[in-house]
Amino acid sequence: MEEYSVIGKRVPRFDSREKVMGQGKYAADYSMPGMLWCKVARAPLPHARILNIDTSRAERMPGVKAVVTGKDFGGWTWGFMANTRDEPPLAVDKVRYLHEGVAGVAAIDEDIAEEACELIKVDYEELPGVFDPEEAMKEGAPIIHDYRPNNVSVDYHWNFGDVEKAFADSYIVREDRFKTGKVIVGFLEPPASLAYYDPTGYITVRAAKQSPYFHYRHLAACFNLPLNRVRVIQPLIGGGFGGTKNDSVAGDFCAVMLSKMTGKPVKFVYTMDEVLTTCRRRHNMIVYNKMGMTRDGLLTAIESRVVANGGAYTAIGPLAMYLAGFATTLPYKLPNFKYDCYRMFTNNPVSAAMRGHGITHTRFACEIHMEMMAEELGIDPVEIRMRNAIDNPKRGEVYRTINDVSLKTCGLKEAIKAAVEDPLWSEKEKRPKKAGPVSYGVGLSGTSYLGGARQLGHQSCGAIVRICEDGSVNLLTGATDCGQGSDTVLTMIVAEELGLKYDDVQLQRVDTAYTPVDPGSYGSRVTALAGQATQKAAQDAKKQLVEAGAKAWNVTPEEIEIRNSVVYLKKNPDKKMSFEKLAKIASYEGSGAVILGRGYSGYGIEPLDFMTGTGNGGTGYSFTAQTVGLGVDMETGKTDVTDFTIAHDCGRPLHPISVESQNEGGAVQGLGQAIYEEFVMDKGKTFNDSFLDYKMPRSTDSPDIKVIDIITDDPDGPYGAKEASEGSHVSAPPAVVSAIHDATGIWFKELPVTPEKIVKALKEKGRWLK
Amino acid sequence: MEQIRLNVNGKDYELQVKPSATLLDVIREDLALTGTKEGCGVGECGACTVIMEGKAVNACIVLAIEANGKSITTIEGLADGEKLHPIQEAFVEIGGLQCGFCTPGMILSTKVLLDKNKTPTDQEIRKGLEGNFCRCTGYTKIVESVKVAAQKMRG
Repeated sequence: MEEYSVIGKRVPRFDSREKVMGQGKYAADYSMPGMLWCKVARAPLPHARILNIDTSRAERMPGVKAVVTGKDFGGWTWGFMANTRDEPPLAVDKVRYLHEGVAGVAAIDEDIAEEACELIKVDYEELPGVFDPEEAMKEGAPIIHDYRPNNVSVDYHWNFGDVEKAFADSYIVREDRFKTGKVIVGFLEPPASLAYYDPTGYITVRAAKQSPYFHYRHLAACFNLPLNRVRVIQPLIGGGFGGTKNDSVAGDFCAVMLSKMTGKPVKFVYTMDEVLTTCRRRHNMIVYNKMGMTRDGLLTAIESRVVANGGAYTAIGPLAMYLAGFATTLPYKLPNFKYDCYRMFTNNPVSAAMRGHGITHTRFACEIHMEMMAEELGIDPVEIRMRNAIDNPKRGEVYRTINDVSLKTCGLKEAIKAAVEDPLWSEKEKRPKKAGPVSYGVGLSGTSYLGGARQLGHQSCGAIVRICEDGSVNLLTGATDCGQGSDTVLTMIVAEELGLKYDDVQLQRVDTAYTPVDPGSYGSRVTALAGQATQKAAQDAKKQLVEAGAKAWNVTPEEIEIRNSVVYLKKNPDKKMSFEKLAKIASYEGSGAVILGRGYSGYGIEPLDFMTGTGNGGTGYSFTAQTVGLGVDMETGKTDVTDFTIAHDCGRPLHPISVESQNEGGAVQGLGQAIYEEFVMDKGKTFNDSFLDYKMPRSTDSPDIKVIDIITDDPDGPYGAKEASEGSHVSAPPAVVSAIHDATGIWFKELPVTPEKIVKALKEKGRWLK
Repeated sequence: MEQIRLNVNGKDYELQVKPSATLLDVIREDLALTGTKEGCGVGECGACTVIMEGKAVNACIVLAIEANGKSITTIEGLADGEKLHPIQEAFVEIGGLQCGFCTPGMILSTKVLLDKNKTPTDQEIRKGLEGNFCRCTGYTKIVESVKVAAQKMRG
């Protein structure tokens, strides 16, 4: 293995000082002189035709400067694909979910803007709604979009091999219905933006976006401006996790339009109530899973039919449904696979991406199914996984799944081995199974996630490495760190390649006026792809520097090396100069030079086929084995999770602190979804619309966590790296549910497994302690 | 409008505030100390935690007029110029943060905890930070940061 100087070291996070000092600025922390505040007026019905909007009273209110309604956007709509652009900035003819935006107000303060919203009078004709995706499939169900009279927003039908024959030949076949919960991504920083529409036709926004270039395209299209007149400046981002901050919200469009109307800067900050009732949330999916096995427990076929609650608009739905299907062939050898999915429009807030996007639903179903069948066959949970796990391909070889997903590395078997050798699993028989009313259990999962995600459209990343004449360095990329640690990793890559110290490199955050265009932060793609671009840009800068040095020393560039900010001859290390000196030579040579290194990720050209489900969804695939220790109170049904062990193959951890943190945080977020997070809804209304009522894991709820790195050095990732942001989010729910089964003897197939569900099931089985 | 006096990070202020203004509004808007964050707005997430008379409070549910005459520390008041407080140093070294939005509140709750208890157990640390929600880290590195901070403060 090559010895790195910076990569793999536990350097402090790039952004840690500004964050611990409270000096880092998030979108809501910016203000401008003369700034107005924007609030969005929202619909009181989940499905209704808009007959008339009267804004006159609001406009007359002292302090109100402008009011915008849906018609002001001239019929513009947006969405993920050209044929699914079905979402307007504000509802125009019809509202399709409760609290959808119908108007926006700009006023001299936030209170006046909020009061003015109350004065906007909208006449509605209420329409019957449909809230359950399976109800939405029925003949005669209310139609939500005229362009989809059957309410099907997205459907795919893939068939690989011959599942019918495989089931007929199987020793055992099971069919079960699984369900995942209605959950929020749970970022702490609500969406916010400070927008200014310069009357010359130039937009500047400071917005809380984890993928600022999506927003840049939305604003250019919505306001009919060329991209070079839209400037999105990315502040610090207070958590992303997919969905809302990958997209634009009503407040974004209203703030810019109201700025255009008034000539003043306009700011909005959503309340958490708006986040919980109107922002993007995870799809909840019903998975009808059919699985076949041989007598020895080898998988013969999976047929999965997925019905997803899509909510009112399509958004990123086509990708969600692709992801929920394509990765079912990972991480176990699967010879036959059939997938039929239906994303249904319903009168609920819009479902979109969330960490573990798509895959978490179907992998949960398959993991639990596999254990249920192993139990019937009398095969141990470890053994069933080891028998089916994909082997790590030999160097230079590629493993291909039946749908042509290709793996160059697979650390699953090694991860399972590491997880079950850990005392949490290996010593489970030595610990008591019961204490008072509490029954203890340990569970296991083995899962996969993609890194370097692809979708349709633009995929490439770029980077610019700028050498200052004093030897300090700026890095410009289009990548956004919404907490995952990518600013640190990218900075480390520049230092590694140039032979500098980590502190010598300064990363500049995204400003679409100056930084290279980039797809954004989703699908665990930043280290893989922006990392590759950064590595190439640094190599390009180094080449230019070394050429100048070679000229000065009258040697060839190949003879020169740079390490720890010292430039020296490989054969004669005593011949040396400082990096600063080399930068000066390179910059001042002749009439002077400007050293700019450029690099691009070389991936993203191969088109992705959603309709057939064939091919790769990412540049590489991570593998996770997770064990969980917990106790279930057999009287109250309350589950206390005490321990997680996560063995994760991320290829190679480039910044171990961030990799551990992502594994720990992802798994705890998965824990919330496994045992308590869920929106309580009725007819499109969200009842738990505050942090008082929507429970997420606190410090006292979270287990002790041990992370074990499995190193596989993927040839396609920078320095061997693959994915480290989402894998443990996928592995946590099935491991928790498997541990609950170990404690209670009951298989739960619907998330979250709440105390109510546990008590009900214990009563049915006659195991309730009361 | 009501007149109030506050001592924030050692400085005295006389301010005219709306009766409905929260301490958070005054800190962020009137004093432009934006290190204190607003998350949930209902006193549940702890992003707006400040220290008032030695106690950690959620500034979003304290009315500014209730804080009249009180002494308050915000995150900006913790470091000594560019020199970090030992708690801040520990969070940097261990990596007890990711997106950073909960961090100011988390650090101030840690200060209140460690001022009272110099040798907290893991359980006491978790209990002491129960009012501060973090979605990113899973808390492992935060608990570790607090342990290291306690060591540093014991000297």
